[in-house]
Amino acid sequence: MKHEKQRGRKWFSLLPLSLLLFLSGCSEKIVVLNPKGPVAKAQYDLIMWSIGFMLFIIIVVFTLFAVVLIRYREKPETADYEPPDEEGNKLLEIVWTAIPIIIVAALAIPTVKATFALEKPPRHDVKPITIHVTSANWKWIFSYPEQNIETVNYVNIPEDVPVKFKLTSAGPMNSFWVPELGGQKYAMDGMETQLILQADHPGSYMGRSANFSGRQFAHMEFEVVAQKQDEFDKWVKEVQQTAPKLNKEKYEEILKPGLVGRMTFSNTHLEWIDHAEQNSHHANDEKHNDRHEDMESDHHEH
Amino acid sequence: MAEAAHRYDETMPLEYRTQESRLNILGFWIFLGAEVALFATLFATYLVLFQRTGSGPTAKELFEVKDVLIETLLLLTSSFTCGLAVFEMRRGRLSGLLTWLLVTLLLGAGFITFEIREFIHYVHEGATMQTSAFLSSFFVLVGTHGAHVSLGIGWMILIIIQLLQRGLTPRTARKVFIVSLYWHFLDVVWIFIFTLVYLTGMVI
Amino acid sequence: MKWSEFFVTGEPLIYAADVAIVLTIIGIVFVLTYFKKWKWLWDEWLTTVDHKKIGIMYIICAVLMLFRGGVDALLMRAQLTAPNMKFLDAQHYNEIFTTHGTIMILFMAMPFLIGLMNIVVPLQIGARDVAYPYLNALSFWLFFFGALLFNISFVIGGSPDAGWTAYFPLASNEFSPGVGNNYYAVALQISGIGTLMTGINFLVTILKMRAPGMTLMRMPMFTWTVLITCVIIIFAFPVFTVALALMTFDRLFGTQFFTMANGGMSMLWANLFWIWGHPEVYIVILPSFGIFSEIVSTFARKRLFGYKAMIGSIVGIAFLSFIVWVHHFFTMGAGPAVNSFFSITTMAIAIPTGVKVFNWLFTLRKGKIRFTTAMLWSLAFIPNFVIGGVTGVMLAMAAADYQYHNSYFLIGHFHYVLIAGTVFACFAGVHYWYPKMFGHLLNERLGKWAFWLFMIGFNICFFPMYFLGLMGMTRRMYTYAAGLGWTPLNVVATIGAVLMGIGFIVFCYNIYYSARYGERDMTGDPWDGRTLEWATASPPAHYNFPVVPEVTDLDAYWAMKKNGNGYEVKEEQLEPIHMPSNSGRPFLISIAFFIAGFGLVFKWFTLAIIAAIFIILGLILRSFDDDDGYYISVDEIKRTERLARKGA
Ligand code: HEM
Ligand SMILES: [Cu+2]
Ligand SMILES: [Cu+2]
Repeated sequence: MKHEKQRGRKWFSLLPLSLLLFLSGCSEKIVVLNPKGPVAKAQYDLIMWSIGFMLFIIIVVFTLFAVVLIRYREKPETADYEPPDEEGNKLLEIVWTAIPIIIVAALAIPTVKATFALEKPPRHDVKPITIHVTSANWKWIFSYPEQNIETVNYVNIPEDVPVKFKLTSAGPMNSFWVPELGGQKYAMDGMETQLILQADHPGSYMGRSANFSGRQFAHMEFEVVAQKQDEFDKWVKEVQQTAPKLNKEKYEEILKPGLVGRMTFSNTHLEWIDHAEQNSHHANDEKHNDRHEDMESDHHEH
Repeated sequence: MAEAAHRYDETMPLEYRTQESRLNILGFWIFLGAEVALFATLFATYLVLFQRTGSGPTAKELFEVKDVLIETLLLLTSSFTCGLAVFEMRRGRLSGLLTWLLVTLLLGAGFITFEIREFIHYVHEGATMQTSAFLSSFFVLVGTHGAHVSLGIGWMILIIIQLLQRGLTPRTARKVFIVSLYWHFLDVVWIFIFTLVYLTGMVI
Repeated sequence: MKWSEFFVTGEPLIYAADVAIVLTIIGIVFVLTYFKKWKWLWDEWLTTVDHKKIGIMYIICAVLMLFRGGVDALLMRAQLTAPNMKFLDAQHYNEIFTTHGTIMILFMAMPFLIGLMNIVVPLQIGARDVAYPYLNALSFWLFFFGALLFNISFVIGGSPDAGWTAYFPLASNEFSPGVGNNYYAVALQISGIGTLMTGINFLVTILKMRAPGMTLMRMPMFTWTVLITCVIIIFAFPVFTVALALMTFDRLFGTQFFTMANGGMSMLWANLFWIWGHPEVYIVILPSFGIFSEIVSTFARKRLFGYKAMIGSIVGIAFLSFIVWVHHFFTMGAGPAVNSFFSITTMAIAIPTGVKVFNWLFTLRKGKIRFTTAMLWSLAFIPNFVIGGVTGVMLAMAAADYQYHNSYFLIGHFHYVLIAGTVFACFAGVHYWYPKMFGHLLNERLGKWAFWLFMIGFNICFFPMYFLGLMGMTRRMYTYAAGLGWTPLNVVATIGAVLMGIGFIVFCYNIYYSARYGERDMTGDPWDGRTLEWATASPPAHYNFPVVPEVTDLDAYWAMKKNGNGYEVKEEQLEPIHMPSNSGRPFLISIAFFIAGFGLVFKWFTLAIIAAIFIILGLILRSFDDDDGYYISVDEIKRTERLARKGA
């Protein structure tokens, strides 16, 4: 029976390995480990750095564990062995306090550096582009104040240019995440957060909300399309010339809870409302009232 | 608990004589620790929301100095008289104890009356709990304190009845002592409310 | 409120549940009546203030809640097995993950551990009961009726659906109308009050009621972890009380704490929640550490290695647990300085945790290791928890967390720490102390089957989740598209979940099987134990120890066995024992809490006020109560003890 146990444990240690093998077949699907921009790359480096240490810890602990279990299990031949009365060992305690401290320091320093670095554009030789992102139930609205255009559920960006996404929400909190380009940040009502991303190459990158925000949250996807600068400029011009104008009524329509497809407009809703301002919410009240009219329990007062 | 509950120690003050009393008093101190955490959270909430007045009035526009000063005076005095009650108890004088407890209770009731008046006044000015985040946190913080004081009054009444029924025993003495701890604690909380909410509010 | 809204309708699953609930109730009533057990139920259980019985009731409820939460989990796994599944719709999925999380943490993990604490701590410290037996009963019944209130939301009114974190503004009236989140706010409040009182109760018990000779530094490790846990409870739970109260005010009375208008601040909720929430995860892990320490030392036949370092590290962990909460929302944009600070404090927790792991390993070293079921659970904890711990450290690195946060990587992490930590500890503890609770052992063979099924299933279920996270799968999605490469791993995970379910069923069957055929524990010391709970009979008489034992060493009972004949009672030593009287009031007061809570959920304020009056009445009666308990005569103790020994 004890034998059985040992075997079981070995099997169990094979599990991660087999998974890795299995996964290598579709490794490009592991988006976090396939960075397509400098931000994601910085995070990738940090992740890899930490995985090294973590594997080291795991190997040390698992080895010790296995050795101890095999050597000191109760065997017929050790029937009259009586374990010694050990209290502890100061030196050992110091050793296994010090080593984790060193590891934590080795992780903390690059973490702090990266955490500060990510708040700044990855390159300073080009002017970043600013895009306002508003999450609403359950869609993403992208406003380009400099270009004066607006898109819904997709966003085009020029390659190799840092993009300053200014995030806010017209409703519940969401989290703006494009794993191939970099980590996420929250979009919250009544305030603005900033996430800087950059794409190395033209391409299409999936983004989604990472923070649960209600019924259709799972469908809150958007596409980030990185283009060559001239293509991007062409697209902007085209939108400015051909896309319809957005007005308040249409905008209210979009904000209503539900799913919508992709849309494009030749102006932005920032003209009349910026959800990032505290209590901006107050300005568009009709949209709540008609939503709640059938809910008797709701005492919505504004 | 066992016979330990009856481990009687003559050398201690009356309220500490039985093991059960010692346990209860320690437990109550710890409970007050939890209450500190509770009020600390309410204060933190208030300080975070204090300037988020929305379309409602600010602290400066709202607060009534006079009522607050009277409340403060009543509650501080009641804390003192509560101390006198315990002092009388230690000297074994039931009538003195009862008298001072009664005075404490009346002062507490006075405090509550003025607080309610103050609240009603604000509500008449249109400043309700629903008006803004600032007012929500104000009413809940100060109201929680007020609810504690009201509870203390009810509790003190029960203890006075028990003192009248049973006289001064280790058990009733313990109860008086614990309610006095509670009362002093509320006094301290009020001092924080007075400075952090009212004084600060009237200045900033 | 229309009646059609009062009862949840329109779903075959729910109707089936309705029928099941009604049948179960009828069944219970019938059995109790048929076997004339009502009086027994009232006298022995509903009114008891005996810590051992209260502990057993906690554990029974926790196992039921494990079942409920487990069914939730299997439903979720079923829905996620393949892309675009139509098994559950979004709303149901949202309700299910919300109740799953809330129930598992607050109504399963914590009560399970509190149950074990109740049974073990007074025995380990050589006490006759806890400091406040009456309060202890009240704590239990508040937990019980809080849990009941939360669970009925399933069929009456609708379950909460904003996640166990209930972030605002999603959890506000505006985005979550209906009563679901009222249930959350009120039910958790009621059981939370019970938890706070438990914290105070056990702190005083441990500080003041130890047997003579048991200094703090001779206290068993489990008792130490409970002591520190109580301190965490006392400082963390009031924060939750306030947060829930503010939520209740927002939802019921229209205040503006977390709303989107008039200055409300939703981030405040997230902060308050996690200022409680992070210490909460340590409330459920520290006692687990204690359980593993006891079991590892017993079955290695060795004193715990580095006892003092172990204590130092739990104190360190407890302290740090209050200054790391921001790691749950590094992505809120608080700025790099704040994030860096909380990154470092969080990683620092790994240091004392590491110290503990090495001390366990060195306890095993040079030992004579017996692989009982309890020991298997404890040993499996070490490697599995280390996986959870190192991924925790990875999450603690703010810049990298932006990529892991809210993904299945996070789900992987916290299940590796919560299941391999807390759940394994509960199973280990139950197998270990089962003879103490019921007088017979759990079957080892079935126990091992359950262990291997559950442990292997757990790894198959949760290990792939780390990769799903890295593949961009976010938590709380009710469905996903094909073509993302997520399907194979999701299938694997579901298979693992089913294995865990089977393991759980084997465990339950073991309870039944062992009740019928299990080996009786005649000695009171089936494992050759080291601490005082093994000195007395299994199950102990309700006064625990006929004579309070004298403690001369850490591992007090071990020392007694080595230096003499163990714990011996001479009849001349016996004295009458004072015990507290039973009371039905905690039960009744808690019912009043339940009714008041129900009234609040539905905004039936009259009902709430009437029930509140009953609560106050209960408190007044308690104040006037001068029942001092009763004495057990020496003769009766003699009779009980002789009977227990004759059994042996
Ligand atoms: C080495 C020690 C640990 C470290 C460094 C650590 C770190 C973290 C971090 C940084 C997060 C937040 C990640 C995110 O949201 O992106 C997290 C989440 C979590 N941790 Fe840990 N953790 C540790 C141990 C534990 C333990 C012992 C438990 C419980 C027994 C636990 C339970 C949880 C839970 C429940 C969550 C997620 C809650 C939620 O978002 O719903 N962790 N941990
Ligand atoms: Cu609104
Ligand atoms: Cu945490």
